[in-house]
Amino acid sequence: MTQPLAAPTDTIDLAAEYREAGVADVLDRLDAELVGLAPVKRRVREIAALLLVDRVRERLGLASTPPSLHMCFTGNPGTGKTTLALRMAEILQRLGYVRKGHVVAVTRDDLVGQFIGHTAPKTKDVLKRAMGGVLFIDEAYYLFRPENEKDYGQEAIEILLQVMENQRDDLVVILAGYADRMDRFFESNPGMKSRIAHHVEFPDYNNAELAQIAERMLADWNYRFDAAGRAAFDDYLHHRRAKPHFANARSVRNALDRMRLRQALRLFDGATPVAADDLQILTAADVRASRHFHPTPPTLVGQAPPDAEIDAYDPDRIPERSDY
Amino acid sequence: MRITQGAFSFLPDLTDAQIAAQIEYCLRNDWAVAIEFTDDPHPRNTYWSMWGHPMFDLADAAGAMQALRECREARPGHYIRINAFDPSAGWESVRLSFIVGRPAVEPGFRLVRREGPGRTLHYTLESYAVGRQPEGERYAT
Repeated sequence: MTQPLAAPTDTIDLAAEYREAGVADVLDRLDAELVGLAPVKRRVREIAALLLVDRVRERLGLASTPPSLHMCFTGNPGTGKTTLALRMAEILQRLGYVRKGHVVAVTRDDLVGQFIGHTAPKTKDVLKRAMGGVLFIDEAYYLFRPENEKDYGQEAIEILLQVMENQRDDLVVILAGYADRMDRFFESNPGMKSRIAHHVEFPDYNNAELAQIAERMLADWNYRFDAAGRAAFDDYLHHRRAKPHFANARSVRNALDRMRLRQALRLFDGATPVAADDLQILTAADVRASRHFHPTPPTLVGQAPPDAEIDAYDPDRIPERSDY
Repeated sequence: MRITQGAFSFLPDLTDAQIAAQIEYCLRNDWAVAIEFTDDPHPRNTYWSMWGHPMFDLADAAGAMQALRECREARPGHYIRINAFDPSAGWESVRLSFIVGRPAVEPGFRLVRREGPGRTLHYTLESYAVGRQPEGERYAT
């Protein structure tokens, strides 16, 4: 039994602690820079508060086990999981729970080898690189392939579990993926589930939030919509959401990229000299050229849709690319 | 006879915390840390065996310390050293090298005298441990 260092009547100014750690700054930026995601922000605030209180308790000598910090982010693609992982690393670093606060983002390919004896060194190498920071495993459920019992993914999981348990001070692991597939992954790996303390769910963005995200992205790139373009983009979101492979903010970014291509081509083909303003503005025409405004008639599998040239840059054309 | 090679070798053996602090210093300078081991500690034997690859994109000493623990476990009774390689242009060489593990008993070296033509003497060193046992068993306890 450890003796409390301070008398129980001593008070501690939590607000001062909070300011001192510089966490407020990160949380405020999180609020300001990320659109929507209210439940996620609340969870992050909760976790930050818990860690802060834990730190104060530890200083007062109140025994508490070191908190388990491994997390699981579930949500559809493009909902901000990777972005949040970067912020989480910053918060953990400011609170002193990880030393360096860098994020090593990996997928199955980086962890699992291709032949016997290849997996362990590969996984260990990644773990070594991630020590002192956060290991972000995207689409973590791919690590486990129940249909193939000789799959090397299991080996990677075991090494991962061992480090997650024994070197909690050195490394925080964040798993990310679709909610339903992560649930199945945890069902078949109860050891993994029990070692993850925080499950954070990312809701989908609504259209207003996506439009806001689009405007911020454009502002970052020094572009903007004109009024008609903005209205057309709202329409676009409405159409796009109904289509398969909708990936929230990532779809928005891809769409904006394609609109920039169309804008460039429009300016290039136009005979008139362009002003600085023209270079920045995306018009309704740039938006409305999208394939999603032109419903395609059903085509045979493997046959190119007849209007393929309308939007040749649209990765949605490729049905097997599930991330778009 | 205690072998003194590399930095810090006239100091008492570094503790793990001190080793981690040194590695931290290397990483701060963007040097790549590598672990090497041998049981032939002749001063002219510069080519020790590598334990894994040099760790080029390490951010924190914990990763190197874990590799060091693994090396100690797999190679008991060996000399282990840490090399820090500076890849920056103009240096491109090892900037720091220090021993982080040594066998419990170090029998040391014998001075060998070889007589040459005209009663000249050639001197060389020979390790007792290396002469006694084959590789891998030299410092086994």
